[in-house]
Amino acid sequence: MVGALMKVHVIVMPKQSVLDPQGVAVRNALKDVGLDTVESVRVGKFLELEFRTPPSEMKLEEVCRDLLSNPVIEDYTIQYHSTADS
Amino acid sequence: MKIAVIQFPGSNCDQDCLRALTDGLHVPAEYLWHKETSVFGFDAVVLPGGFSYGDYLRCGAIARFSPIVKAIVRAANDGMPVIGICNGFQILCEAGLLPGALIRNQSLHFVCQPVWLRVETDETPFTAKLDKERLLRMPVAHGEGSYFAEPATLAKLQSKRQVVFRYVDESGKSTRESNPNGSMLNIAGICNEARNVVGMMPHPDRAWDRRLGSEDGKLLFESLVGSLESVVTL
Repeated sequence: MVGALMKVHVIVMPKQSVLDPQGVAVRNALKDVGLDTVESVRVGKFLELEFRTPPSEMKLEEVCRDLLSNPVIEDYTIQYHSTADS
Repeated sequence: MKIAVIQFPGSNCDQDCLRALTDGLHVPAEYLWHKETSVFGFDAVVLPGGFSYGDYLRCGAIARFSPIVKAIVRAANDGMPVIGICNGFQILCEAGLLPGALIRNQSLHFVCQPVWLRVETDETPFTAKLDKERLLRMPVAHGEGSYFAEPATLAKLQSKRQVVFRYVDESGKSTRESNPNGSMLNIAGICNEARNVVGMMPHPDRAWDRRLGSEDGKLLFESLVGSLESVVTL
């Protein structure tokens, strides 16, 4: 198959104002296994989207806002990645 | 009168909700599949608990986009009484019918236990027959039931009396110990500004018969039926 695939990475993180108990538990576990200096951990989600036909930036923002994240509790970042031949 | 109990792939309290209505109260109720596009012919909607669409991404995030939820949003905006229980509450928040969000329990544990609730308002179709400050006993069963909202939203919820239930101890005090999931202000249930949409994490559908350990949940469904009947007779 020839054709460039475009990768879009969406990172969804809990907002700073939202308590992240999962992050606290992971931080405590990291300290337990010897990473003494870790101050804080926040656990989010990483989504990898692939496209042959890239979407408009507007559409992508829309789905990040409405589906991939919940703006009440999460922030998202979109990263566009260099195309790779498949 | 006919009440709809919505079924999503992954719902698991749909039968409890239906039985509470048909066996507990002897009122007509029917399942409505998530692919339906209308709630026409129904007078109220119950969104049951469970794990709709596997709760992938976030609890209720995918259910929000199902055809039936779009129809429920339209009906709710026209004033139809809607209650979301547990996963149903999460769906109502995701759909924007209720403010705030339900996040992971502060303890990270799935909590499955009876709790005490205090009725904070009788001004909803689901609490109309209950006295304010009355205590109710029913179970919670969830991993993501910690109510979160920004301070401005919380202030508005309080000033507009939209907090419907709070977690309390046996004497009716809302304490840190009586809060099973870390919900802000011990919030267990809220309503929208128009007061016809209610969301709650505890399960009235698991407390409508003495054999279930409590009959308090039945009072909510009785309130709904009473509210619907008073509308019909007007």
